[in-house]
Amino acid sequence: MSYKLIIVGCSLGGLSATKTLLAGISDDCTVPIVLIQHREQKAEVSMDNVLTNMMQRYTKRRIEEAEDKTPLNMNRIYLAPADYHVLIEHDCIALSADEPVTYARPSIDVAFDSAARTYGSGVICIVLTGASRDGAEGAASVESRGGLVVIQDPATAEKDTLPKCAVAATVKARVMNLEEIGPFISNIVREGGANRASRATG
Amino acid sequence: MKDLDSNNTLETKDEIESIEIDLLLDGIYRRYGYDFRSYASASIRRRIWKFAEQEGLATISAVQEAVLHQSNMMDKFVLSLTVNVTTMFRDPAFFLALRNSVVPILKTYPMIRIWDAGCATGEEAYSMAIVLKEEGIYDRCRIYATDMNEDVLRKAKTGIFPLSHMKEFTDNYIQSGGKTSFSDYYTAKYDYAIINQELRQNIIFAQHNLVTDKSFNEFNLVLIRNVLIYFNEELRAKVLDLLHDSMASFGILALGKRESLKFSKLESFYEELDSAMKLYKRCA
Repeated sequence: MSYKLIIVGCSLGGLSATKTLLAGISDDCTVPIVLIQHREQKAEVSMDNVLTNMMQRYTKRRIEEAEDKTPLNMNRIYLAPADYHVLIEHDCIALSADEPVTYARPSIDVAFDSAARTYGSGVICIVLTGASRDGAEGAASVESRGGLVVIQDPATAEKDTLPKCAVAATVKARVMNLEEIGPFISNIVREGGANRASRATG
Repeated sequence: MKDLDSNNTLETKDEIESIEIDLLLDGIYRRYGYDFRSYASASIRRRIWKFAEQEGLATISAVQEAVLHQSNMMDKFVLSLTVNVTTMFRDPAFFLALRNSVVPILKTYPMIRIWDAGCATGEEAYSMAIVLKEEGIYDRCRIYATDMNEDVLRKAKTGIFPLSHMKEFTDNYIQSGGKTSFSDYYTAKYDYAIINQELRQNIIFAQHNLVTDKSFNEFNLVLIRNVLIYFNEELRAKVLDLLHDSMASFGILALGKRESLKFSKLESFYEELDSAMKLYKRCA
C-alpha cells in the first residue's frame, strides 16, 4: 500500500502530544501531514502564527496554516485554521465555514471523513488526546474505506474521551503509546513505498 | 450514507452516491438554471445530505425527485446549499483593517462604488455602511450587495435582525474599532432590531449569480469573503476573472481570512495591502 496522506486529530491541549508525534516521524517519511486541532473559537489572529511557530521548532518539515485550495505537497505539515472546517479534496485542502459539527469547527470527524472519501486506503489517520468524541466517527470512516487508524493509548492520553470513543468505533485500529506512533507510521510508509517499488520493478 | 440494498459494499455505495450527486446537480441545472456543478465536492456533498436529513429523504435520488417535481422544495434546497450564517462585523480585525487601510484610499474618490458579493442576509453590507458612516464617506458610497438567492435578499432588505443577536454584534463592533455605541444604529421593537433607515439608503440589494451572470459595473472595493471556498478550483478561477473585470484601477479586493490570490493567475495583477486580512489592491 502506498500512502497519500497522514491526518491527525486532537483537541485543545493536544499541543504537547502533537510535538511528540512529529518528533517521532522520520525524515524519509515525506507524505503530507494534516493536523486538525481544536482551537479557541475567538482566538486572536496573531495566535495562528504563534501555534505554527511553536510547532515548527519540533520538526524539520515546513508547517503552514492551511488556506483554501492549498495544494498538498510532500514533506509539508498543514495546520487546520481556526473557525473553518478542513475538507480533503484531490491534491488540495478545501475549507468550509459551515456550522460547527459536534460543537467543533474545525471538526475532526468532517476532516477524517473527507480524507477517507478522497484517498480511501491511502489514508493514515492518527487519533490523539481529546476531550470530546469528535474524531471517532471520522476514524471509523477511514477504517471502513481501507485506511489505517492509529490511536494513542487512552490510558496514556491527557484526555481519554476521544481515544476511547475511537477505539470503540473501530475494529482494526492500532492502539499504542504516543512515543511509538511516529516510528510506527514511518515504518509503515517506508514499507508501503518499498512494496510499491518492488511491484514496479518485479 | 444510506442505501436500500445493504449488500452493496462501501466502495459501491460511495460510487452510487457520487453518481446521484452528479445527476442531481445536472437535473437542477437543466430544470432551473442554477449551476452547482462546479461547487467544491466535499462541502456540497455535506450540504446535500444535511438537506436530505432535514426533509426526511433517505437517498440523494429522493432529493432529486423532490426538487425536480416540487419548486417549493427547490427553493428550500437552494437556501440550504447557499446560505452562509454570518454575523455583523464577522472577524472584527478585518473591519478594523478596512477602517485603517482601505477607507483612506476610498476617501480620495468623489464617488465610491462597492460590491458585496454573496451578501446573504446583509450583515456584512450593514457593517460596512456603519464603518463608512463613521468615517464620513457614506454619502458618497453606493454599496451593491448581491446574492443569487432572492429569499435572503428580501430578508436583507428589511434590515431586521433578531434582538438576541445584538449582544454578539455589539461585541464585534467594539472590537472592530467602532466609534460610538452600536445601539445608535438600530431601533429595538419586541424581539427584533431594525437597522436605521439612514444606513440602508445607499445599499442596493440585487440578485446576481456569480456562476452564471456577468460583471455589471466597475468597483473601487469588492468584498467576497468566504464565498470562493465553496467553489472548485476551476470555478474559483472563473469567478476571480469576473471580479477582476469588475475592478476599477487601484480597486481593492477583500477575501476571507483563509483565502488568498496565491495559486491564482490574478496574483500578478494585485499587491497585498494587508496580507493577514487578505486585502489586495489592483496594480495592473
